[in-house]
Amino acid sequence: MSTVAAKEEYNYDIVKFCVLTGIVMGVIGTAVGTYIASELAYPWLNLDIAEISFGRLRPVHTNTVIFGFGGFLLYGAGFYMVQHSTHARLRFEKLAWAAVALWLISMICMWITLPLGMTQSKEYHEPEWWIDLMMAVSWVFMTIVYLATIANRKMSHIYIANWFFMTMLFMVTYIFTFNGMCIPVDMTFSYSAYAGIHDAMTQWWWGHNAVGFFLTAGFIGVMYYFVPKHANRPIYSYRLSVLHFWSLTFLYVWVGAHHLHYTAIPDWTLSLGAGMSVALIFPSWGGMINGMMTMSGAWDKLRTDPVMRFMVVALAFYGMSTFEGPLMGTKSVNALSHYTDWTVGHVHSGALGWNAMIAIGAMYHMITRMWNTEMASAKLINMHFWVHLTGAVLYITAMWGSGVLQGLMWRAFDSYGNLVYTFADSVAAMHPFYALRAFGGFLVFVGFCIMLYNTLKTVSAVKAGSNVALSAAAKA
Amino acid sequence: MSDNNDKKGIIRGIPHDTIEQSLPILAVFVAILVAVGGIVEIVPAFYLDDAEPKVEGVRPLTPLELEGFAIYRREGCFLCHSQMIRPFRDEKERFGHFSLAAESKYDHNYAWGSKRTGPDIARLGKKYTDAWHIQHMRAPRSVVPESVMPNYAWLEETKLDTSRTKGRMEVLAMMNVPYSADDISNWESDLKAQAAVDDGNGEDALRARYERKTWTNSNGEVEQWTDSFTPTPLNVRAFDADASDVTELDALIAYLQQLGTHVHFEEGVDYYHDKFGQPYRK
Repeated sequence: MSTVAAKEEYNYDIVKFCVLTGIVMGVIGTAVGTYIASELAYPWLNLDIAEISFGRLRPVHTNTVIFGFGGFLLYGAGFYMVQHSTHARLRFEKLAWAAVALWLISMICMWITLPLGMTQSKEYHEPEWWIDLMMAVSWVFMTIVYLATIANRKMSHIYIANWFFMTMLFMVTYIFTFNGMCIPVDMTFSYSAYAGIHDAMTQWWWGHNAVGFFLTAGFIGVMYYFVPKHANRPIYSYRLSVLHFWSLTFLYVWVGAHHLHYTAIPDWTLSLGAGMSVALIFPSWGGMINGMMTMSGAWDKLRTDPVMRFMVVALAFYGMSTFEGPLMGTKSVNALSHYTDWTVGHVHSGALGWNAMIAIGAMYHMITRMWNTEMASAKLINMHFWVHLTGAVLYITAMWGSGVLQGLMWRAFDSYGNLVYTFADSVAAMHPFYALRAFGGFLVFVGFCIMLYNTLKTVSAVKAGSNVALSAAAKA
Repeated sequence: MSDNNDKKGIIRGIPHDTIEQSLPILAVFVAILVAVGGIVEIVPAFYLDDAEPKVEGVRPLTPLELEGFAIYRREGCFLCHSQMIRPFRDEKERFGHFSLAAESKYDHNYAWGSKRTGPDIARLGKKYTDAWHIQHMRAPRSVVPESVMPNYAWLEETKLDTSRTKGRMEVLAMMNVPYSADDISNWESDLKAQAAVDDGNGEDALRARYERKTWTNSNGEVEQWTDSFTPTPLNVRAFDADASDVTELDALIAYLQQLGTHVHFEEGVDYYHDKFGQPYRK
């Protein structure tokens, strides 16, 4: 076996860049999210300006949080953990920087073009074709760097976090490519290569697997590296990880069809999607249990370590939203929940609860390790935790309430067989929930601002030499 | 990575130890495994006739309506309005007959939506007057007090940009939307005729083109409607109540007023299954 690279030989510069950019993306993404949520509660906020009207700004929010915040976390944490788990320095570092630069340029182009109304109108795949191309090239570069670094590993086995990451890299390449197939009319407009039912199926094959692979497999990989590392405990069960890795890899792909229940898609496809959605609880909970049980013997850390708290609560949210998902994936529940805010609530219990909190935990962990310092303020991490959690819970419960209420109002008949409510009645009933949701989102935004402030203070303290170095125990 | 030398592992016979020590093997397994679900669920629909039961009346959008669809997409309308009515009693009462697969067969990109912050509009066509739409776009809350829709006052003030209309039709024709060479070359006169900004001479030609019963796509596939079927008449008028020029509001209202009006639903016909449980065909 060749020599193990010393930690000083890892490329941390690129990780530092990604983590800092990721935090800024979190601030921007949640700020835009708070604004569009407020537009729904108070429509005058659209201000009669086309560029900031809800329909144009909503994709800016979704793309910034998913591909900006989530993307830079995945790039940063990916580059960090692939080096740590292979004991090898990043391969093809220029390519890695090119990947990061292209991703950032894509985000900036997205911020400009979407408010101007240039959209592919496919949810979570809105930026026009030429931005798509830049993102695809960035992704391929990332994949090459990642696989090459694994190939260069200093041990025989490939660590499980990297299996999940690899699954994400491959599947996102497939779905992004095939869903992005289009014929451009010019730089500002293109038509999808598919129409009607085919476009709908391809879109939700993409839509759900952007969740299933970008936001799940990738983030599970992050969890598998950072939770054991931060708790300083080994993974609970190797066998469970093998089992839930292969089943998750196989099963997730099928469930996109549950976004189209009772639509004009052939029934057999939808039934297959519903069945696989129910089955998906097993691989999902496999990951949740494995993460949670890794805490065995380290639960006391929850009392003292707010970063650990972020990670554990993230796993709890993951378990909860992957219970809710199969429930909503069945046809009878979906008949009520589809088209309502319940879907929005479900997405945000995954996004604010699971994705954001595991990402934030991993980011704090990486910042302290890379700069070899304690965070400037442990109190502010704790405050971030409670502000974020409160915001997430308010958001999710508001959307559950409004979603179920909407679903029930739409289907209510009186004893004469007439509809009880007009559609406008249901819109009016949403107002208090929309206001509460906007407030919850605002708290999450405040949390990200606290994080950015704490991080900048930490980094400048390191530069000034006034920081507290990490203890030897934490460094190990 | 502790106990993997136990040969009586859960996955008997497959040496997982080998898989996780070899990047190529792991990569190939993953690459194949993640492809299966999508292939099984998406590909067959392209080949099974049952996936999109045939129904008469669905035509491609006229140039003006096509521009309206592009505005619908630009403003992100699909984020709050669905165009997919499910086969439930309450949806039938509120929105009309459930949507058929064939009704969106020319929709690049599909516009079914995923959220009803506002109501479904799959069958909005002819439900309200143009005057209602004009007022609703200017100030939605002036006609629906509970609405949370943004004001779209700029639509009636903005002249329609028609620089891409021909290009859009050419691209769609490439993808088998049955626009003929004649349809494409007459895009400008058709567009103006439908918005009633010409001298009125273009209307007959426009109607002849888009109320026809024979549709041939670029693959040479012909769709011929029966003699007894009368295609839905086009809406031809100054949609924004101003015949002096073609505005974005003209295009958008032209698009909205034709939604869901192409198919003529007959009382007593099961458009979902025939009596043998097979998807409906006519």
